[in-house]
Amino acid sequence: MTRYLIQRFLIMIIMLAALSIIVFITIELPPGDYADRRALDLRSQGMTVTQQDLIAMRHQFGLDRPWFQRYFTWITNIVLHGNFGVSFGMHRPVADVLGERVGLTVLLAVATIIFTYGLAIPIGIYSAIRQYSLGDYVATIIGYFGMATPSFMLALILLYFSVMVFNNSVGGLFSSQYAEAPWSWPKFVDLLRHLWVPALVLGLGGTAFEIRTMRATMLDEKNKLYVTAARAKGLPEWKLLLKYPVRVALNPIASTIGWELTAIIAGAPLVSFVLALPDTGPLFLRALLDQDIYLSGAILLMYSLLTILGTFLSDVLLALLDPRIRYGERV
Amino acid sequence: MTEINELMDVAPHPASAPSGIAQEAEIRYYTASQFQLMWWKFKKHRLALIGTALLGFFVFIALFAEFLSPYAPAVRTPNYLYGRPQVLHFVDAEGKFHLRPFTYALTAAMDPKTFLLEVKEDTSEPWPVYFFVKGDPYAMWGVIKSDRHLFGVEEGHLHLLGTDQLGRDILSRLFHATRTSLTIGVVGLFISFFLGLIIGGISGFFGGRVDDAIQRFIEFIRSIPTLPLWMSLAAALPRDWSPQRVYFTITILLGLLGWTHLARRVRGKLLSLREEDFVVAARLAGSTNTRIIARHLLPSFLSYIIVDLSISFPYMILAETSLSFIGLGLRAPVISWGTLLQDAQNIQAIALYPWLFTPVAFVIISVMAFSFVGDGMRDAADPYSR
Repeated sequence: MTRYLIQRFLIMIIMLAALSIIVFITIELPPGDYADRRALDLRSQGMTVTQQDLIAMRHQFGLDRPWFQRYFTWITNIVLHGNFGVSFGMHRPVADVLGERVGLTVLLAVATIIFTYGLAIPIGIYSAIRQYSLGDYVATIIGYFGMATPSFMLALILLYFSVMVFNNSVGGLFSSQYAEAPWSWPKFVDLLRHLWVPALVLGLGGTAFEIRTMRATMLDEKNKLYVTAARAKGLPEWKLLLKYPVRVALNPIASTIGWELTAIIAGAPLVSFVLALPDTGPLFLRALLDQDIYLSGAILLMYSLLTILGTFLSDVLLALLDPRIRYGERV
Repeated sequence: MTEINELMDVAPHPASAPSGIAQEAEIRYYTASQFQLMWWKFKKHRLALIGTALLGFFVFIALFAEFLSPYAPAVRTPNYLYGRPQVLHFVDAEGKFHLRPFTYALTAAMDPKTFLLEVKEDTSEPWPVYFFVKGDPYAMWGVIKSDRHLFGVEEGHLHLLGTDQLGRDILSRLFHATRTSLTIGVVGLFISFFLGLIIGGISGFFGGRVDDAIQRFIEFIRSIPTLPLWMSLAAALPRDWSPQRVYFTITILLGLLGWTHLARRVRGKLLSLREEDFVVAARLAGSTNTRIIARHLLPSFLSYIIVDLSISFPYMILAETSLSFIGLGLRAPVISWGTLLQDAQNIQAIALYPWLFTPVAFVIISVMAFSFVGDGMRDAADPYSR
């Protein structure tokens, strides 16, 4: 197990390094560089910037060095000093701007995962046991709808109904009296009260997929001989289900947590934007539109980190559930 | 295609077959080509048939957008900004029935209490709706010049889905957007298709270290949160590019999105088929590598590829829609489902002008239709399900 963990951990580090290069490339892509931006800023403040000044600035920021050296400076600043560069739009260090918002994004992702599996597992079990019942059909239809509707559209639809039917908006993560307040217990409770909406929106697609997976595996397992044998021995039905087929069916579900997390992180910025959540999503979009590259790069890096960390955790979870994986066999 | 009928191998011995009509049906079954068998199986999947019909409808709209839409997409009705959808009537104010549908002129007046613009139908002035009416001139596919539209009004205006903030007809714009969004999907799909086929082919054909490297690379790509990355790349496109150039680039970007899945599939199939008896037989009979690939390998996994393509199509459409929705994808004057939805981004728009919301229905229906068709094709392509 330890060997497997170390091996997986090393792969994760390599993945992260590769991803950071990709993020760096996207930062470098837009025409112009930091010196041009600075010059633009200075000019807008009424100062004159000559060609010599530009060259001097490029030298000062190290922009005249080859890209791998610049990448190295950028990444060491991040890893060693937590310095992600400066946001052009906000004239503040990126790390300050992100601050609290990162926590909210992580919280949203975790809440969505809990929501997804908390709903999918019981519904999947029910769908399989009561196959072709009304509940099964309802779950299937919701499943198709959930998989076909991208999360940001679901957010739009939800907004539409909340405005048209209930005459009140579901956007935001806090009630107005808590929005600017310091953290406290009532604020946290208020957050939880708002959190279920974006979690529902973000999680529905994944929930639909997991319900189908759970249902399919349960249908395969529930008629197998070991279940019949256990039933013949007189185990109560619910205990029997939970103890045997459900445990087997949990495996494929656990192995997809990594994918689920990737999907959630990918959908999150748009949903946060539509529902006006105070997390990194709207910030990311604005940074992209303004080509505020260090800010958008930092957020992209954070999203990548979250996904890779999630994949790592799901691999570890799977190794705990299934001994075959620990010894390098593929399932 | 008949020679690769896989079902022949698992057929029961003909001696036990019953006589008469049943036997004839059986003969028909066992001599059918692979694609005929697939079609029979596909026909049994009712949702897939509905999905096919819906997709046919969308393709029809995309092909004949200019003719089907009552207005040109950029034409404005200046006195009907943010206009609500007009209703088609068959019964007039006196309760008399007309076979030819008509719509009423609309008058706008400020409500003295709420200060909101109230639009009322002016029942004294009906605007009859005609087929093949003369309207905005267009050149269909850039070739066929005409000014006839499938339906429309000769006096007044007809906006069945309302108008946007500039007074442009939403139905017409939606039809044109359908063309853009579907084309992007198809072109993106072709790019993915070739990338997947070539990279998966190399991986499966050479095996060994090349295969290992490509597989690790694919795993790496799949662990990237794709949409944020694609958003970053799209945001890096220079602002002074023309909308057409952006359109082209975005299509290519989307094409780079979906090939990993297909590459895996092709590789897996190649690896397992390489060792099959029929390939060995062909090799022993002296076939060249090219012939083996083209005649024996490709046909036997082509159906899987088609299925995978139909499943990944929705992702293309959704990716385009998401990108354009937030303003990073296509730009005006290019019209797509995503750019149309930009108008429906905020609560005010949703509350005051809910008809701006109709493109959502198009997106969801098309994606669901594709999932149904994909499901049906997957079942049909599986030779072991009866």
